[in-house]
Formats: sequence, C-alpha cells, structure tokens
Amino acid sequence: MNIDKRLVRKDSLEKLFDILKQNSKKIYAPVTKNGKTTFRDTASFSLISTGYIQTTESSKDIAFPRTEKLLDYSKNKEGMSVKGIDLKDIPEVILWGIRPCDAIGIGELGSIFNWDYKDEIYNNRSSKVTVFGFSCNKSDEYCFCTSVGGNPGNTEGSDILFTRMGEDGDYIAEILTEKGQAVAEIASGIFERLETADKEKFLADVPVKFNHNEISEKLDKFFESKEWVDQSLRCLGCGACAYVCPTCACFDIEDEAHGKNGSRVRCWDSCGFSHFTVHTSGHNPRDVQSARWRQRIMHKFSYMPERLSVYGCTGCGRCSRACPVDMNILEHLISIQEVTV
Amino acid sequence: MVDLIKKAKELIETSAVKVVIGYEEGTGNKTRALFVEKTEDADRLIFDSRCVQNLAAYITKKEIKDKGKMAIAATLPVMRSIIQLASEFQVNDSNLLVLGITPESKLVEFANLVEVETFVHQYQIEIDARNKEMLDKLEKMTQPERWKFWIDELAPCFKCYACRAACPMCYCSRCTVDFNQPQWIPVASTELGNLEWHLMRAIHLTGRCIDCDACYNACPLSIPINLLTKKMLLDAKEHFGGYQPALKGDHLMSTYKPDDKENFIQ
Repeated sequence: MNIDKRLVRKDSLEKLFDILKQNSKKIYAPVTKNGKTTFRDTASFSLISTGYIQTTESSKDIAFPRTEKLLDYSKNKEGMSVKGIDLKDIPEVILWGIRPCDAIGIGELGSIFNWDYKDEIYNNRSSKVTVFGFSCNKSDEYCFCTSVGGNPGNTEGSDILFTRMGEDGDYIAEILTEKGQAVAEIASGIFERLETADKEKFLADVPVKFNHNEISEKLDKFFESKEWVDQSLRCLGCGACAYVCPTCACFDIEDEAHGKNGSRVRCWDSCGFSHFTVHTSGHNPRDVQSARWRQRIMHKFSYMPERLSVYGCTGCGRCSRACPVDMNILEHLISIQEVTV
Repeated sequence: MVDLIKKAKELIETSAVKVVIGYEEGTGNKTRALFVEKTEDADRLIFDSRCVQNLAAYITKKEIKDKGKMAIAATLPVMRSIIQLASEFQVNDSNLLVLGITPESKLVEFANLVEVETFVHQYQIEIDARNKEMLDKLEKMTQPERWKFWIDELAPCFKCYACRAACPMCYCSRCTVDFNQPQWIPVASTELGNLEWHLMRAIHLTGRCIDCDACYNACPLSIPINLLTKKMLLDAKEHFGGYQPALKGDHLMSTYKPDDKENFIQ
C-alpha cells in the first residue's frame, strides 16, 4: 500500500493512547523500573517512558514470551490426555514505542520460526501485534543499525512509524500497513493532514562502522581463528546478551510436572551457557567459552544470512549495554574485520 | 597504576606466573577484565574507582585455570573471595599469587594466602548505609507486604544467570537449577520459578557470600538480589556470631556442633 504520511500533534499522542484503551486495546509500552526500561502492559499514558535511546529488553517477549505454555497434560487410567493451547486466547496487542532496530528484528525472528517448521503459536502471536515504531533522534556509542542495513528512521517492521520533529515537536506518522491503517481509523481525528515533511533531518546520526557483507565473507574462513579465544576470555557465559537480543530465538522445552498433571513450556535458552550443547553422553562439542562466543557471532553473521537471507543482528547494541563484563559486539565485529586471516 | 604494571611485567618476564588478571579501560566509560600474558599488554592495566567487578570469578574458570599459575590484582572483596575459595579447596598458593590493592589504592604484595588472610582480617564486612536502610524497611514490613515486594522485584528476572556467572562463589560445574531430571527448581521464568531460584541462591551463599555486590552489578535488569544475601549476612551475625572468610573456616551452614542451641537438629 502507499505510505500515508500524517501529522500527529505532540498533545494528541495521549489522546491516541486513551482512545485505543477505550477500544479495549492491550498496549505494551516502555516503562522504567530500577532505572531499566522495558515493555509492559501499560494502563496509563503517564507511565510510558520517554527519552530512552533503547529499552533494556527488546520487545521479542510479546511474540516469543520468555516462558510459554505449549500444552497441558494429565496421566490417567486410560493413558495420557493432552490439551494444546487455544490460539484464540492470544490477545491482540499494540506495541508502542519500539525503535526501528527492534521492528526489523520481528521479521528476523519470524524467519527463524518459519525456516522449516512453521511455528503456529509464534506466527499467531506475531500476527496479532500492531507495531508503533518511534524513529531515533538520539543514539549512543553502542548503536550500529546502519552497519547491518538498518537506519534510525527505518520503516521496515512497523505498522505506523512516528518521527518526532525536533526535541519538543509534533510527530510525522507514516501509516505503513493495513494493520496500521485499521488502528489509525479508530482514532482518525488524531491523524491530521501533513503538508510537507522531511523526516531525515530529525533522525539521529549513526555512522557506518563496518561492512556486514565483508564480515560474512570473512567468517567463512574464520572458524579456527585465535581471535575467538582472545575476545571471549572475559566472557562469563551468562545469557544476558541473548535474552535482551531482539533476534535470539533459542529455546528449551521443559515439563513442569505436578504429580500426574503438568504443562510443557517453552523457555528462552542461550548458546552462551556451558551446558547448552551437552549431549546425553556427556560430550560437549562447545566445551569452552570461545566456541560458544564464536557460535553467537557465526549464527548472526554467517549462518543466518546463508540460510535465511537475513542477518541475526539489528545493531541495537543491547547486548553490549547489558553485558556485565563489557563484551562489546561492535568492537569485536570491527576487530574481526581488521584481523588478517 | 604504575606499580601494578611494573609487577605484572616482572612476573610475566620471569615466568613466575603465566597470566596476570587485572582491569583495563573498556567501552562506554566502563572498565573490564584484562588477562596479561605478554609483557607489552601489561601497559593496558589500570585501577580506579570504576574497577568493581569481582575478578575472583575468573580464577575457577577452566579457560583461565588451564593457562597455568595466575596472579590477580585483588581489591578487598576479591581477596575475601580468594580466601573463601581457598577454604573450599578451589585455589592455593601453588596456582595463585595475590597482588593486593588496599582500600587506599596501594599495591601490597603477599608471599602466600596466609598473609592475604591476615590482611583481610583487619577489616570487617560492613553493609553500606543505603542497603542497611533498605533492609530495615523490609524488616518493618508485614509478611504479606514483604512477599509482594519480592514478587514484584523478581518478576522481571528472565533467568539469564548473570548473577550466578559474576559470583566467585558460584563455581559449580552444574548448578541445581540446570538439572531437569529430576527438576529441583523450575527452569521456567515464572513468579514461583524466579522466587525459588533466588531463594536457593541466597541460602547456598549464606556463610560464603563476602558481600561484593557482583550479582547486583551484573544483573542487566538491576534487580536488588544482593539484599537477600545481605540479609543472610546479618542473620549469620545475629545467630552465629558473624562471618569472616578464613582459610581454615568453620563453614557456617555445613558445620554441626553437638552443643547446638537448636534441638531439632540433634
């Protein structure tokens, strides 16, 4: 569809929120607690954080929850009865305030969940999300969206993209999809006619730091490099990077048993954990942290582009901000580009 | 820190140690761990007030241990951790040399862990005023209020286990929470699963936690989980006369005395 550019006045944003709420919409928006900003089911506009460069957690939790029940089971005399989840119970959601680097991540995550097996639970959740992206007018040293094909005003993945015209200005709203249009129609008075607008001048300046095609090519011959060991010595092997990442999709399936009844749940998992690849025999093909760190980079910059034609990294910089020991993915990608094989 | 750089160079040059663990400048005004294996890398060593990561977490790591004898730039919390780890037979004089950094940021050399212990015992573990205030507040809450506080605080936890990874005392090669047959602690990040994980961790650390705040500092969501271990530290003081890591330590939670004042244990 044609992009419909509209004007949304700064004071109208709250009205938009309220109208959507009156229409029983569930809105997930960035909320700050303990100094960390993350997406929560938000009841009131006043709770929404502003001024964040990037939220601490990505928004992937909405379509790919950290813990998701797949089925309930119970054992009885006749055997076993199993009841799957009812997809109709999954709510329609508006995702408010996500950055373009998260919005593009939705597609990358979707490509993993549809690579071979079509994950109907993920697809159902994802189809019920309407994305209100907010362009970036600020960035920090961890941001590198432009190095992986994105940009601070990228429309990809958003249903409506809002770009603020200056620090305290009104918004340009780009209505990008039919889903976005359907929501805009509920509050049609809010979306006013826009004469002219050049959103580019309001966007953050995010310089390109490396060439992602070059990195992908180089990784083909980089598997045995000593660089992996040098980079990962300080890595403690936690899952912070994977869990804040908008595109990390690894999960573990566990049974939560209570006597004869229980649930099968899908939980986030991380290739950084030492036991992630432990075989039943006890053998671990990735028995050192350098092999696990290599997997993280290879998966995002070599295996995903090769198999799915998308990168597994949106340049949001969250993993670097969240890492307790300053594993900075941008710094390490630049050094991979610079090192001679 | 000129003294530290000089010492590190000397240790590597003379092959007294294979690796010196210290801090270097990181990104975004953060500092981070540096592993010096070549003399020229020693020039990157720094020390200032930002250097709070507990480097003792590295000395039980396979990748670092495999290098051979280590030296470590150790602040007071790091030295305490080392003494506790030594009492648990995780390090000894043959594989670790401690380069102490005093609270006044002076380098102090130790011939062995006994000297480190003597140094450490000059200082008591004190909970800082801000956290003490918070603990008092929790103490004054009713039980349902306190329950709500913890359910709310722990709700965001997504079980990345950065707290466990950053803690020098969490060195088990396989943690209870990673067992699923049988499953002791729910793997899932849910209200109950999060609560069980953090309570188990706090209890496992009682009488071992040296109050370095590494768990809290590592938490990407800034959940105040260190309040749990601090509370256990205060309880240990009240009921067992306090805790100070010691080479021949009386392990607080795993020592039984026939004259224990509680009779349920007899």
